[in-house]
Amino acid sequence: MRVYADNAATTQVSRSALEAMLPCFTEYYGNPSSMHQSGQDAARLLINARETMAKYLGASPNEITFTSGGSEADNQAIISAALRGARKGKKHIISTKFEHHAVLHAVEKLGKEGFEITLLDVHEDGIVRLPKLEAAIRPDTALVTVMYANNEIGTIQPISEIGALCREKGVIFHTDAVQAAGHLEIDVTKQNIDMLTLSAHKFHGPKGIGLLYCRKAIPLSTLIEGGAQERGKRAGTENIPAIVGMAAAFREACENMAVNMPRVRALRDRLIDGVLARIPEVILNGDREKRLPGNANFSVTGIEGESLLLLLDNAGICASSGSACTSGSLDPSHVLLAIGLPHETAHGSLRLTLSEYNTQEEIDYIIEALPPIVEKLRMMSPVWKKK
Amino acid sequence: MEKTANNKALIAMSGGVDSSVAAYLMQRQGWDCGGVTLKLFGGGSSCCSLEDIEDARSVACALEMPFYVFNFQDEFEERVIWKFVRAYETGLTPNPCIDCNRYLKFGKLMERARELGYDRVATGHYARIEEQNGRRLLLRAADNHKDQTYVLYSMTQEQLAHTVFPLGELNKSQVRGIAEELGFINAKKRDSQDICFVRDSDFGAFIEEYSRKTYPPGDFVGKNGALLGKHRGIVRYTVGQRKGLGLALPKPMYVCEKRADTNTVVLGESDDLMCGALDAEDINLIAADSLPCQTRVTAKIRYGAKEAAATVEQTGKDSLHVVFDEPQRAAAPGQAVVLYDGEYVIGGGTIIRGY
Repeated sequence: MRVYADNAATTQVSRSALEAMLPCFTEYYGNPSSMHQSGQDAARLLINARETMAKYLGASPNEITFTSGGSEADNQAIISAALRGARKGKKHIISTKFEHHAVLHAVEKLGKEGFEITLLDVHEDGIVRLPKLEAAIRPDTALVTVMYANNEIGTIQPISEIGALCREKGVIFHTDAVQAAGHLEIDVTKQNIDMLTLSAHKFHGPKGIGLLYCRKAIPLSTLIEGGAQERGKRAGTENIPAIVGMAAAFREACENMAVNMPRVRALRDRLIDGVLARIPEVILNGDREKRLPGNANFSVTGIEGESLLLLLDNAGICASSGSACTSGSLDPSHVLLAIGLPHETAHGSLRLTLSEYNTQEEIDYIIEALPPIVEKLRMMSPVWKKK
Repeated sequence: MEKTANNKALIAMSGGVDSSVAAYLMQRQGWDCGGVTLKLFGGGSSCCSLEDIEDARSVACALEMPFYVFNFQDEFEERVIWKFVRAYETGLTPNPCIDCNRYLKFGKLMERARELGYDRVATGHYARIEEQNGRRLLLRAADNHKDQTYVLYSMTQEQLAHTVFPLGELNKSQVRGIAEELGFINAKKRDSQDICFVRDSDFGAFIEEYSRKTYPPGDFVGKNGALLGKHRGIVRYTVGQRKGLGLALPKPMYVCEKRADTNTVVLGESDDLMCGALDAEDINLIAADSLPCQTRVTAKIRYGAKEAAATVEQTGKDSLHVVFDEPQRAAAPGQAVVLYDGEYVIGGGTIIRGY
């Protein structure tokens, strides 16, 4: 049996997204900037997709800029807010210690270019505390960027409250909602969100496409110079198939959220309960309740996460340890370190992330497969034997 | 609505709410429509920018009509911008919107429309067209506050025959209401005021930047020739202007005249601005081919001015003499005088001098 339990890394493209995309390759393949019928057809698809994305975010279509994905959108958001702040003499940026690297590295780079960076500590439950944020905001704070839900441990941040606080203080608030979009309800207007990033391949859309929402009043700086696409905010011929696929997937995810997510949550809870019951010395990382419906992240004492993944893979189970982006490195996850896990514990982490495509049968299979694997690894582990 | 065998209409869309609603109304009235935004100016305008083009495009898409962007920058630069710059250099006060309508919107655009097989051009102007005894007449809009016939007086019979103004019977709040109901992206967009290609209404800075000339300071003089101070370059001032003179004077003073030959600006008091009559040239008559002697009219000498009762005499094929019942304030050479018979636009011309 093959069980895909790594939806936080990427997801399968849904059938309706795929079907929406295909004609864009064969029929509506024009360049939206072309004057002729073929271009106009493509331009129409682009307009409709933009309206769809705006609708389900509570935004206006002219506040949406399509990008190549979450990383690009994060960078454009952060750099734009920083430059705008600098023009007004504000060169302080606040973020958190457990952001995705697209945010962290963008912010760190600005730190080397004359900006002052404050990275907030995260509570051990994986949730940012508002008083800490409030204390960090200064008159010269240009930007607060806090992710909507963490990609590794899935914990959901108090976004509405952060938005209200930032609006009150007159500071731009950006949120990396890459993991949350399509799984949690988002309304940028009600939640006082000034800028938001999302990426299609996390909600059953294609890879290589995302968007940056930016409130009308805030000017965006361009990362990519060239043609006048995206109202001059992002040059490059628009990836119509991907954009159409993203819109179809997002609409589907949002329309079905109320039905799908409780189901996913139930499966996830079954998984968590099963794992915690069957395997000793395992902890769940991050708050039990305030987490993404499909996210389960465990620390398994005494073993290497990498070995665990390989053995799980042998058993047909696709999972991850740390995030997909960081598995290339030998360092333990910065997220787990940020919530206070000691190094060794952080090394033994396992992330299982479910989608509405997972079945109960698959969950039970994982629950059965995991304990013997853990036992086997613990037998061989020098760290475990010491105990 | 009279429809010809060809019911195709090209809608000039600025991206603003008026032209968007105009497009909707044309379509609803059964015209086979296409939408077009004219790219007239590349340097960061308050109208027809990228944002505006996308707004217009999104409305055209919602209405399922084809949408084009025509690049008329060269024509606009020559016919509108340079004329504007030269006018200020020679001490005149131009109205570029009149030239834009004459040469671009009902000139080049109308030609292009004909090439593409469109019988009419429609715009979001607040004005009305009627046909009487084979003649096309231009009337003020129902919403007098928004009426734009002042900038349309130079339309020829041929141009009027191929133009539709769908907003003529509506008022602005009705138009916005329609846009909001239809969910148009620009329903709440601010109206663009002032000259579209001059940022922040700083026409002096624009002229210097565009012509790459510096206009030397010169003298402010009084009506009696007395030296009152130094002006910062003749292109920075407009007849009737009071603020921004940079002088501390005992009484409010106004720009009465700009003399390019001596690079002087003549200042006077409020009363000195008043004129009882004016001459106009480069005229266009709509309601008739020529005017009988001593026609009674109401006349407007500025876009924002109230019409005033006057008597007009056509003094030549291309000239008018207008005598006001009551003196009028600040008749600026270069501006237009537009004549009305009640709601009907008789015609107008460019003011040469005021008396």
